[in-house]
Amino acid sequence: MGKLIYNQFDMELQPPYKAPDYKSTILRAPSKPLIITKKNLSELSGPVFKDFKLGILDHDLTKNAIKYGDPIGERIVVSGKVTNELGQPIPNTLIEIWQANAAGKYIHKVDQHDAPLDPNFLGAGRCMTDANGNYKFYTIKPGAYPWGNHHNAWRPNHIHFSLFGGDISSRLITQMYFPKDPLFEFDPIYNAIPKRGRELLVSSLDLSITEPEYALGYRFDIVLRGHNETPFENK
Amino acid sequence: MTTTNKISPQTPSQTIGPYFAYGLTPEQYGYNFKSWVDNKMVDPSKNLNTITIYGKVYDGKGNAINDAMIELWQNDGETKLFGRYGTGSDESNHFSFLTIKPNSVDGQAPYINVIVYMRGQLLHSYTRIYFSDEELNNSDITLKSIPKERQHTIIANKTSDGYEFNIYMQGLKETVFFQI
Repeated sequence: MGKLIYNQFDMELQPPYKAPDYKSTILRAPSKPLIITKKNLSELSGPVFKDFKLGILDHDLTKNAIKYGDPIGERIVVSGKVTNELGQPIPNTLIEIWQANAAGKYIHKVDQHDAPLDPNFLGAGRCMTDANGNYKFYTIKPGAYPWGNHHNAWRPNHIHFSLFGGDISSRLITQMYFPKDPLFEFDPIYNAIPKRGRELLVSSLDLSITEPEYALGYRFDIVLRGHNETPFENK
Repeated sequence: MTTTNKISPQTPSQTIGPYFAYGLTPEQYGYNFKSWVDNKMVDPSKNLNTITIYGKVYDGKGNAINDAMIELWQNDGETKLFGRYGTGSDESNHFSFLTIKPNSVDGQAPYINVIVYMRGQLLHSYTRIYFSDEELNNSDITLKSIPKERQHTIIANKTSDGYEFNIYMQGLKETVFFQI
């Protein structure tokens, strides 16, 4: 494995800190210019996963919180590949996800939306990528829900993702969306991303991931910042 | 010189939102899902020199934020540690971590990397914790690269309870955030 090469956030693809249409950014976005630093040992290393062992159902949100029976909603498979910016797969990296249930309700105590909780659904899961950078979750398609950003504001259906990669700069928190969601055009969180970056967060329906008679499959590939040094073809 | 390596576009970042707790910090918030990481970065029975780092995260109006998540990443070559904690499980919106102070690397002042996430941040913020009782702060290359009047914003103050490190997202006391 070659040396790790850092890449900055590509601001032609990444959202800015401050996006006034998404109102909470106004008091929470840093306002002063960021300071550029030299990379040291501490930035060069990823987290330690200690002795933690994933539970056998951690990747299956349709089963990891069952109390009385199956959760309600449309069962789906979400799968994809995690790579760096040169397309090199990132194996053995932790992916954590969380989401609303089929009714658009989060189990989180502060969610005020008047929609039912599902006693058989938590909405949180995690898995490690395999040797080729691939991951797979089973879950329930999340519902849309209202939020307080502006009058009649509704979030498009989405699943939250958290990823690590090899070091502190590859850390990513993002949201996966579903194809052709009619709420995209009204959502200031999605639209804070520059136009050409938006489709990168939209999963695609994929029959090769779909499990016949069981669950529709959505593909969501993820590219983390940075890459390993690779030799030039021509010098 | 040409290269055939094609750069793939980075997956854009999105906010962590207000509801991350049951997924990322479940045990801290009392959810029935096992946490793989928390704010106890070291085992105090095995480490004599543990320190507590605590503080709050403030928005541009000076209100303590109750839905931020903080990660600490440290590595001095000998000890590599990682911690994670939310600011919403304590009535006064504190975070706290139990860790050890990292050693100096290459003559630099010891520090811990911090990542701050919250609703209202579309991209996470990177900062660092330095320590007020370190002489190396005076000669540290990173601290010196920061305007003098802002250096104190990333130096944790030694108190009788450990080290206090408050994060100000905006305003006169705005914390120094880094481009990493």
